[in-house]
Amino acid sequence: MNQPILELRHIRAGYGAIEVMHDISFAIEPGQVVALLGPNGAGKSTTIKVVSGLLRPSSGQLVVAGRDVTGASADALSRAGVCTIPEGRGIFPNLTVRENLVMATFSGRSLEQIEHDAYRRFPRLAERRTQLAGTMSGGEQQMLSLARALAVDPAVLLIDELSMGLAPKIVSELYEQVARIASEGVSILVVEQFARTVLGVADWAIVMSHGVVQVSGPADEIGEEALTSAYLGDRSDP
Amino acid sequence: MALLYVDQIMVRFGGVMAVSGATLLAKAGQVTGLIGPNGAGKTTLFNVINGIQDPTAGSVSIDGENVTHLAPHKRAQRGVARTFQRLELFSSLTVRDNIRVAAELAMLTNVSSTVEKLIVRVGLTDVADRTAGDLPTGSARLVEIARALATKPKLLLLDEPASGLSDIESEHLGSLLRSLADEGLGVLLVEHDMDLVMRVCDHIFVLDLGEIIADGPPAEVRQNPRVLEAYLGAS
Amino acid sequence: MQELLTFTIIGLSTGAIYAVVASGLVVTYTTSGIFNLAHGATGMLAAFTYWQLRFDWDLPAPIALFLTLFVLAPLFGILTERVVMRGLQGTTEVVRLSVTVALFAFMIGLANWIWPSDSSREAFLKFFEGNSVAIGGINVSWHRIITFGCAILVAIVLRIVLYKTRMGVAMRAVVDDRSLTELNGARPDRVSMFAWAISASLAALAGILLAGEQQLNIEPLVLLVINAYAAAIIGRLKNLPLTFFGAALLGLLDAYYLAYSDSSWFPQSFFGFSLSGVRASIPTIILFVALLARPQSRLRAGVTRFREESRVPQWSTAILGAVTLITITIGISGMLTRANTLLLLNGFTFAIVALSLVPLTGYAGQMSLAPLTFAGLGAIAMAKLPGNGNLLTFVAAILIVAVVGAIVALPALRLTGIYLALSTAAFAVLVSKLVFNQRQTFQTGNIAVPVLDVPFVDIGSPRSRLILASVAFSILGLLVVSVRRSRLGRRFIALKDSPAAAATLGMNLTRTKVIAFAMSAGIGACAGALAGDKVSPQHYDFTQSLPVVLLAVVGGVGTVGGAFFGGILLGGNSILASVVPSLKNLAKVLPGTIGITLGRNPNGAALQTAESFRSLQSRWGLISFAGLGAIVIWALTAADVLSHWSFFVTGVVWFLAVTPNLAAIVDSTHRTRRNSTILYLAAGLVLCGGVDWSTALDVTGQRLVAVVILVAVIGLGAQRMIENEPRVHKDSPDVLGLDRSFTGEEIEQAERELRVSI
Repeated sequence: MNQPILELRHIRAGYGAIEVMHDISFAIEPGQVVALLGPNGAGKSTTIKVVSGLLRPSSGQLVVAGRDVTGASADALSRAGVCTIPEGRGIFPNLTVRENLVMATFSGRSLEQIEHDAYRRFPRLAERRTQLAGTMSGGEQQMLSLARALAVDPAVLLIDELSMGLAPKIVSELYEQVARIASEGVSILVVEQFARTVLGVADWAIVMSHGVVQVSGPADEIGEEALTSAYLGDRSDP
Repeated sequence: MALLYVDQIMVRFGGVMAVSGATLLAKAGQVTGLIGPNGAGKTTLFNVINGIQDPTAGSVSIDGENVTHLAPHKRAQRGVARTFQRLELFSSLTVRDNIRVAAELAMLTNVSSTVEKLIVRVGLTDVADRTAGDLPTGSARLVEIARALATKPKLLLLDEPASGLSDIESEHLGSLLRSLADEGLGVLLVEHDMDLVMRVCDHIFVLDLGEIIADGPPAEVRQNPRVLEAYLGAS
Repeated sequence: MQELLTFTIIGLSTGAIYAVVASGLVVTYTTSGIFNLAHGATGMLAAFTYWQLRFDWDLPAPIALFLTLFVLAPLFGILTERVVMRGLQGTTEVVRLSVTVALFAFMIGLANWIWPSDSSREAFLKFFEGNSVAIGGINVSWHRIITFGCAILVAIVLRIVLYKTRMGVAMRAVVDDRSLTELNGARPDRVSMFAWAISASLAALAGILLAGEQQLNIEPLVLLVINAYAAAIIGRLKNLPLTFFGAALLGLLDAYYLAYSDSSWFPQSFFGFSLSGVRASIPTIILFVALLARPQSRLRAGVTRFREESRVPQWSTAILGAVTLITITIGISGMLTRANTLLLLNGFTFAIVALSLVPLTGYAGQMSLAPLTFAGLGAIAMAKLPGNGNLLTFVAAILIVAVVGAIVALPALRLTGIYLALSTAAFAVLVSKLVFNQRQTFQTGNIAVPVLDVPFVDIGSPRSRLILASVAFSILGLLVVSVRRSRLGRRFIALKDSPAAAATLGMNLTRTKVIAFAMSAGIGACAGALAGDKVSPQHYDFTQSLPVVLLAVVGGVGTVGGAFFGGILLGGNSILASVVPSLKNLAKVLPGTIGITLGRNPNGAALQTAESFRSLQSRWGLISFAGLGAIVIWALTAADVLSHWSFFVTGVVWFLAVTPNLAAIVDSTHRTRRNSTILYLAAGLVLCGGVDWSTALDVTGQRLVAVVILVAVIGLGAQRMIENEPRVHKDSPDVLGLDRSFTGEEIEQAERELRVSI
């Protein structure tokens, strides 16, 4: 079996005195798309923060491609191929589309290559290259953050709530792109509240709640029932 | 007449429409739920109701009086109190003084007895003399609630009061909310803990992409396919 | 027409300098969120450095310029970022501003030290001094043309750097979203270092250009930054083209005023008030207007906040402190020389001014950079009101200034944070330039403030004034304590901790802020009204206010003790400077140096000291013992066993080194260790008392240094000896379990505390 591209070993993390992740372990195989699901406050976004290096775990190990990178800074992890699209919009609103792509060159690739890739994948961005990113529609902004993330040719892509505040139609369009990216062999960890949408793309699903992994299994085996109860409460409750 | 009537509220931030024409009402003596996926605009709507955010269009009425353009402190004087999702405690005051400031601002005549009663009722006796900034989230949320109650409000807005609470704590919170409503207080509850919402709410509004997409009693809302879609995405 | 054109050219070239300074300010503010009050001081230091290289050491101009602008200034900027500013992330706005104030004080001290004013030094020549070209019939000096060219060049270079280079794009990206910049693989720390380097270079360029026009003087160069503030605020602290526009506007207004203010149609006075100070205050007026034109700052929930220490002061402690202060003052006042009495009196005045910041900044969280201005107004009111200094006059003076404080605060209250602080700075400068220079206020450069006429007591000698000052501080301190313990005090703290929550609970934020400002102005006025001597406007200048603010924050602006500590430190510093010439230079950089370390101890030094006394709380036996010791020392002095200096040394050691350790000694269970500590302390005291410090060290400064060393050695030594005791350390239950899992024993204990086990 292949070595996992990303592995969390017994990670605990939190903010100040409050622990949000209680002993979380899971691994992502190369080329795999893993969906991280669960209600608000489950610790999903914290997991993304830990993996991207923005938050230092209080214990446990973070392993990328066999190397222990626990405690590495976000910029170092980014240059090592862990690319993150953070919650909200992963773009700089007061920079133009092109300047947003300039920011991606810190990964080491040239601007020409990055622009070429980005515009090939999302032709709409080419039309808006001199526009301020913040003035584009929500869907276009997410396209830009996807484009920026992909342009750097990451080993692992972390996506946090791609769908937030977007209309369902746009969300499905964006996930078609995610599926295409996955088919090119990029490993993806995606946090999403629209479980049904993401389960169509993912190979594996992990359901978190209250900071622990509740269910973990192949994406097509996660039942609607389990999801509904995780999101909208347990039916058996009075 | 409804205690709170929010009519066609719109809030625009630059190019983004955070709330687009939301209408809802809350009655005295009831717990009204406001639920919806992340980014639906719930907190923005709260900010509009208590005056921290000016709406682009629409109106807010309390007890039939239009308060859309009143300052937050004037709305407080008309009986609106709230808690914050990201805690806004007076972190360098003690728990008791947090509650006391609120009671004093409401010009109560019997400040001390009100404060002490609230401390007992909300269950903060053990931490009453600790500095609020040192509290774990669970107790801190309770302080926010006690502080809001100390102004003797007619309408209580709760923004995710159960997040960070243990199961037992959130159960206690549920019964507290029920008993407050039974005393005639109107409660508007934004919450992600669906067990709690389904258990305590009399009526639920569902906000998605800045619009109310459904409302009704808990059991009905739970079965509504549009609600499931909003939460889980299109299948 | 010719004249208009001439002055337009002059105005534009002055504006060009402002533009260069302001753009540097904008660059650092946008990338690091720190508004650098010391920006002008950086330019001043650079101008001196250039003078040193070019005119004193006779290096060719290009080499000197290159070294200053592209080597030394960027290095200085990088050093500032690395050593001072980087530690400031996650601190309050008050601390961040104070640190730049400290840097400001440090640089001025440094310049005073290295380049003491000296009329015989080489002149600072303009570029191509004496050469000019005729443009459209007007002679324009080369220096002006170069100045103008530099501004255009700066505009172009900044545009290219910010928009065409990757580093520049990253600088703008950091403003948008710092953590996303990190996720992109850029290093935000490097980005801010780069920004500080650019900013320092720009300050240096402006400083050199301005020094060519106005000669090498510290003050105008430093205050250059006020003009830059105005331009930067017009540019809303982020828009560079608008900032350049603002700078040009300022330059032109200044030049036209200069051109036409002598004309017959131009008003020279206004209802009997001279308008001579108007020219100097144009930038300030524009700053004020630009600030007030800002939109009302919106209430925001969810702003990250920092916890500052804020314990409710106890009456017993406060009264004990007041009585101790008055007793000690009476005790030592007889031993001081006249000069030292006056200097200590000065320290008390500063302490009262610092105290005026406690309710405002410490409790209510509102920053003011103008505390001395209110003291100045208080002095004027006391001198001008009828009654020749009786109590009624005193009270009236305070009330009048409090009302002024409230009125002035009113328009400024729409602002928060840095904008509020800047508007108070603008107010301070305006009052200095427009009010303090009137015939009606300081007619001959100074006025005599009458001594407060207290019934039945004769106050005239410096000694009795010193005692009066200590009594006044004590009363005002108790007043501030009572405010903190009252409903109003809780409201102040609530306002500071969370304006959003306070408003939603029904607090009228504006009214609460106005009360805080009025209270602060009133207390500040006391300091002025108690001056009891001739005072001049320089005492109450804006630049004098900055060190007071700084040392109040260093001392700990949240407590009365902190204000006292800060004020005395500032007064003590001037004692050090005036009494000991050899330490004068050290004294110049001292307040700044202390302040720069503030980022590491944001609660202030006084609190730390107070913390060590906390062990004595409610232990009356130990407190009486400490008091008894003090009486013994005093009695020994009165009986001439101890010289005055030995008394001072022993007294300080007793209070600051022995007393804080008393509780630990009594509580100690380790008998031999306890005995040896007692022996050690006793030996230390005997040593302090045994040496005749008046003769052993012949300079006051050396004696002061000796005191500090003795306190440190004896106090910390005793603490070490005792502290080796095993301490019962109780972890907070919230923290436990994070870094390691609970042990069975801890679970059991937790269950017992939670009463879940039987």
